[in-house]
Amino acid sequence: MNRDDFPILNSGIIYFDNGATTLKPKCVVDKMIDYYTKYTSNIHRGDYDNAMKTNEAYDEVRELVRDLINAKNISEIVYTSGTTESLNLVAFGFFKKYLKKDDEVLINKAEHASNILPWLVLQKEIGIKVKYIPLDENRELTIENIKKTITDKTKVISVAHISNVIGDIRDIEQIGKICKEKNIYFVVDAAQSISHYKIDVEKANIDFLAFSAHKMMGPTGVGILYGKKELLDKTDPLKYGGGMNQNFESNGEYVLKTAPIKFEAGTPPIAEVIGLGEAIKYIKKIGVDKIHKYELELKEYMVEELSKIPNIILYNKNSKSGILAFNVEGVFSQDTSVYLNHYNIAIRAGNHCAKVLKDDLDIKNTCRVSLCLYNTKEEIDVLIKALKNSKDIFKVVI
Amino acid sequence: MDKETKREIILDNYQNPMNKGLKDDKSYILKNTNNESCIDNIDMMLKAENGVIKDILFDGEACAICTSATSIIIRNLIGKTLEEAEKIIKNYQNMINEKEYDKELLGELLVYDDIYMQPNRKKCALLPSDAVERILEVIRNEN
Repeated sequence: MNRDDFPILNSGIIYFDNGATTLKPKCVVDKMIDYYTKYTSNIHRGDYDNAMKTNEAYDEVRELVRDLINAKNISEIVYTSGTTESLNLVAFGFFKKYLKKDDEVLINKAEHASNILPWLVLQKEIGIKVKYIPLDENRELTIENIKKTITDKTKVISVAHISNVIGDIRDIEQIGKICKEKNIYFVVDAAQSISHYKIDVEKANIDFLAFSAHKMMGPTGVGILYGKKELLDKTDPLKYGGGMNQNFESNGEYVLKTAPIKFEAGTPPIAEVIGLGEAIKYIKKIGVDKIHKYELELKEYMVEELSKIPNIILYNKNSKSGILAFNVEGVFSQDTSVYLNHYNIAIRAGNHCAKVLKDDLDIKNTCRVSLCLYNTKEEIDVLIKALKNSKDIFKVVI
Repeated sequence: MDKETKREIILDNYQNPMNKGLKDDKSYILKNTNNESCIDNIDMMLKAENGVIKDILFDGEACAICTSATSIIIRNLIGKTLEEAEKIIKNYQNMINEKEYDKELLGELLVYDDIYMQPNRKKCALLPSDAVERILEVIRNEN
């Protein structure tokens, strides 16, 4: 759907690497070009017309984000450089201060590096215990296994809403309920879900939520950290400098601004924030539920067709998002990916930044197709045809 | 060399690579090599005695180009002196990087003489040469 909004598709590319980054609709790019060609200026500094226009364009995005995730207040929306920075800010700006030795943080092996490494560093630095909630036989995270892994020492549960290799949608409302009952902090990495699935931070009792603009049809370089107000008030910035301070004196005294501004030192990615706002408007206009339903239909079609090809191994047939991990039997994933490039099909090969998932997957590297609203059944047919001819892989790649 | 012959040599070395599997043996020198922009990841270990390469082993996960290049490099280098090996590696790297090289030295490694046409695969082909280069450097510094 909406293919005309994405000029890059005119090149004929079949773009199935949306889990890495999505394509950008023309309206997002135009909005950013407008800023660069018509009213470039810094934020919160100038009194001239363009500066005020920039302030307005920049500040209104916080409200768009608040509304998208149903946060209570715009002061709970922090602009960051992306999911990675958001999760690092949570781990090092907040939890480093409030967790103690032997406190448990529950994650799982299907998480992205950015929701594992910060915790592993805290484990080394302050002695917290990182525990992996076991995945079920489909490599999915279940409520039952979460309940079984919680102990009296559990202080944090940090999970992706949709995992980036298996693509299972975690029941965040149910997990949020458990966290509330047991007084556990709940952190959600929404990088893979934000433009594909409805999120309500209030309903799901989420303490911190992180996502990136570039995986939701927005620009690279900007992302969001949502945090409950009382938690952001207690969180320390990771960066200090211009824009985030109230006052400072030569005698060493300083006062910082309040959240979210205290986390946003330096000139932010202004054009990118404005682009993010346009991406949110674009997604809202279509409707997240409609996007998800369409992508799931495509995935089910793809699974049905690929299941008919004997030498294709599928790793996550059942998960309910547009992500499919597979391999061609006996072929290294990168060779498959190079082969598909000859058909102008862009997929991803590798471990998809989920380096510990190999413990459960019995294989380190997979090919991943990740869908977005502009993909079509016809494109999937080209993939199917290419993979049916996969006995020719080495004729093509060598 | 025609395309079909090249493909046969590459495929044969990919499907039945020489000396795959490492040993726990301290007389070998081991180096890992991987490239962050690509998922190939291999370990190579090499044993030299009196200035001659006695054995090379490798293991890891890598694509057809990287695995076959590793296998062919191993075939070519065993039995060579350290100086000869260094020359071969240098000329091989020059060939992949489209610089001048001596064809006579490279034998079956010439199957990659047109890999530059697929720029994203150059690093796959270069990966084993990087490991060998670093092992040879260790040996050179020891002596």
